[in-house]
Amino acid sequence: MIDKSLLDQHALTEDEYRLIVELIGKEPNLVELGIFSVMWSEHCGYKSSRVHLKKLPTEGARVVQGPGENAGVLDIGEGRVVVFKIESHNHPSFIEPYQGAATGVGGILRDIFTMGARPIAVLDSLRFGPPDDPMSRSVMEGVVSGIAGYGNSIGVPTVGGEVYFDRCYALNPLVNVFCLGLADKDKIFLAKAEGAGNKVLYVGAKTGRDGIHGATMASAEFGEETEHKRPNVQVGDPFKEKLLLEACLEVMDRGLIVGIQDMGAAGLTCSTTEMAAKGGMGIVVDLDRVPQREAGMTPYEILLSESQERMLIVATPENVPAVQEVFARWDLDAPVIGEVVEGGRARISFKGEVVVDIPVDAVVNLCPAYERPIVPPPPPPPAPPLAEIPPPADLAGALLRVLGSPTIADKQWVFRQYDHMVQVNTVFLPGADAAVLRIKGSKEALAVTLDGNALYTRLDPRTGARIAVAEACRNLAAVGARPIGVTNCLNFGNPEKPEVMGQFEQAVTGMAEACRTFGIPVTGGNVSFYNDTEGLSIHPTPVIGIVGLIDDLGRAVSPGFKAAGDAVVLIGESFEELGGSEYLKVVHGVEAGAPPAIDLELERRTQEMLLEAIGAGLVRSAHDLSEGGLAAALAECAFHSARKLGCEVGLDGPLRDDVLLFAESQSRVLVTCRKADLAKLLALAARRGVPAKAIGRVGGTALAVGRAGRTVLRVPVEKAFRVWKDGLPAYFKSPA
Amino acid sequence: MTFGVVRFPGSNCDFDTVHALRDVLKRKTVLLWHKDHDLRGVDCVVLPGGFSYGDYLRSGAIARFSPIMQEVRAFAAAGGRVLGICNGFQILCESGLLPGALLRNKGLKFLCQHVQIRVENVRTDFTRALRKGQVLRIPIAHFDGSYYAPPRVLREIERRGQVVFRYCDPDGEVTAAANVNGSLNAIAGVRNDRGNVLGLMPHPERASERLLGSADGRGIFESVILSLERRGPARRRASAAKKARHDR
Repeated sequence: MIDKSLLDQHALTEDEYRLIVELIGKEPNLVELGIFSVMWSEHCGYKSSRVHLKKLPTEGARVVQGPGENAGVLDIGEGRVVVFKIESHNHPSFIEPYQGAATGVGGILRDIFTMGARPIAVLDSLRFGPPDDPMSRSVMEGVVSGIAGYGNSIGVPTVGGEVYFDRCYALNPLVNVFCLGLADKDKIFLAKAEGAGNKVLYVGAKTGRDGIHGATMASAEFGEETEHKRPNVQVGDPFKEKLLLEACLEVMDRGLIVGIQDMGAAGLTCSTTEMAAKGGMGIVVDLDRVPQREAGMTPYEILLSESQERMLIVATPENVPAVQEVFARWDLDAPVIGEVVEGGRARISFKGEVVVDIPVDAVVNLCPAYERPIVPPPPPPPAPPLAEIPPPADLAGALLRVLGSPTIADKQWVFRQYDHMVQVNTVFLPGADAAVLRIKGSKEALAVTLDGNALYTRLDPRTGARIAVAEACRNLAAVGARPIGVTNCLNFGNPEKPEVMGQFEQAVTGMAEACRTFGIPVTGGNVSFYNDTEGLSIHPTPVIGIVGLIDDLGRAVSPGFKAAGDAVVLIGESFEELGGSEYLKVVHGVEAGAPPAIDLELERRTQEMLLEAIGAGLVRSAHDLSEGGLAAALAECAFHSARKLGCEVGLDGPLRDDVLLFAESQSRVLVTCRKADLAKLLALAARRGVPAKAIGRVGGTALAVGRAGRTVLRVPVEKAFRVWKDGLPAYFKSPA
Repeated sequence: MTFGVVRFPGSNCDFDTVHALRDVLKRKTVLLWHKDHDLRGVDCVVLPGGFSYGDYLRSGAIARFSPIMQEVRAFAAAGGRVLGICNGFQILCESGLLPGALLRNKGLKFLCQHVQIRVENVRTDFTRALRKGQVLRIPIAHFDGSYYAPPRVLREIERRGQVVFRYCDPDGEVTAAANVNGSLNAIAGVRNDRGNVLGLMPHPERASERLLGSADGRGIFESVILSLERRGPARRRASAAKKARHDR
């Protein structure tokens, strides 16, 4: 008997239940209710977000596959496509950091190779509580080793990403994993069950009781009983996934199958109904044929299990033996468990009895969408007027504090735990503005970056989201790549709170505006709501992943200073914008004020100009200005130079010294060029209507900033480097 | 000459090694399958990096039992060249083809980074194109890379010049800081007594193209090529291996 308490357990409302009854023309049994519960969860059904996500541009000349499939697909020419997507695994990673993060990697990899692409890179955006909090530290250690444990084993390099720290993530860490794959354009596979009479094969690991209702879990707030949810977290087996990857790519490469879908959230339920719905067909499945890891599993458990490393394949009856032969060679099960049929219904039997008989369309496509109540975000709390922020007597000391703060400090402690070189494509190691990957046998190369500044989005969601897109594109431009497509991971609090929906609506609006300005389509992504623990929401944290294309790898530019005597040029203008800056937060303990303003048109022009300069071979190093402002950027360019070259810079203008050094004004890039090219570079900027100014030269062993003959700041590079290098490892016991 | 790269389930540097040998060094290279008993007449067998059979028990512990390893053992016994990289090194130690074992890194973390190694012995088929004392910049990527051997074995391999590579700083000094995984005597690579089997933790296939930051690893492959091509086609060794198999 289905009552209110059973509906609550399944996170369905009474209205939703009435809709289900109407759609399927009967009272659902418990198994059917379980299916609707996961498929209509926020995680799978995008109930609260769909109406807003429509604002995002999804079309473009390169788009082969937009949102709605496992991942987006873009044409990069020469018969090749890139396949990419980002996904969150926040909730599982808090409950069980190692396995939560590991299976996050496993899941996104499957999303990519299920489309016929070999995964070539992983990046992750991680957010934790402050590292001086022992629990946050332990969560971080678990997450990082989980990502390493899975990614390293399977042989996909983790080439970059970002790590941020803030109190708001102490009880709700964010683990967003991005994966990029490469495929031949004519060998892309979709999750479609087509052709009545075709066979449905189950391949990969056996089904166990793990992860039941994981998707529903990810669609509710956490409270004190969260600890009890541990059985909801799946356990990953990267070795099995590696076998699955090789076998799946082989059957796809040989054209042996019709369609394929991974079993991620909602497992067998999601894959069977989605494949049938997309193919406009029905499906029959016999659960007795599903390989099971333990005895006595009920149909409810088999269908809702989120055991990892499983796939569903549709193949013609003639090809079944060949498919099974490939999987046998990789020591994997590949039994036929069902068939594609006419009629649009999923009919699932267990021990000779039909346990599910429902229209797939209702499950997959008719989940209600809500226009949840919205309260527009309040204006950001004003930063104290500049007069009340005492300029530090010791600006060098302030710079060292900024460089040593966990968010800005070197992340090698994290990245060295990841194999970032396997597959021998990684041209720029982690730490560059964007990861750069060569394409073997091509002059072109790929660049990827993840970005999001949650303090900005907290203070002003729309501006923060615009900046996230702008900065990601700027990171790409800094290495010489033109952005071609976007994926996003939208991490927010409880959508039933109107303030949270207000943040969401504004962030999506800002993101859409920026994507339109830069002319880049959003090809998919992920929404993670209910990032609330004990009633506290995280900062609204949209994370943007952008893929870029470099025409000529020989021209790619890295951030480190190249040679003494090169001219240092600051592209862009600095303003009195300390709101939301790392400097205010770290040195003055203030997290307030409006984030820096962004003029999207100017940003676009700036990037165009930079790309033109790089293409013309005028730029020797380039680094985007972001957290920590100009001072941090100068230091990072020194740290990334092979011989730790310093620089001598002279500044002028009306701004206060600390503002000049640390403001995070947008649309700025620090570049260096040969002295002989300086005039050409500045002329190019002028022609493009982009402010640019020579501010100094590379050389020496110190970071030296002067102003009208007065020394503003002078720090030995080596000293600053140690502070930056040790900032993060200092919190962890093991040596760096 | 022909290289054979063994593909175990869980190998993940198999294609990288093939890329370095075939596309960069332009030598014929074939993949060998772990379930087969056939080395396809290759002149040098390379066991690549990865996590063979998942390495859930102990790195390389299962791979040593695979069908192909029976052939590799016979091939090595007949004097065939065998090169083990990373997981391949671990497998060679587990198989008893090389002395010692690889333990967890001293910091108990996976480490992926460029390191320097110093060439200790150039009178091997894997280092003859290098100079003694030469410092190579090559990446490592492993969790279990801390070389260990019992004191008596350690003394013996040092005495016989079986230590081929040691971790060092950029100036070639062996320092504690440069020995990132805590290997005994900073050992990064060893050969067998006879000199036809070499294992090392660093990845020369990742340092075969300047584009990727270093081409220092090429010298190791070039040494093998030099050894085998100078001594003429290695059909002799292939037939020796075949004979060894019959003799078993």
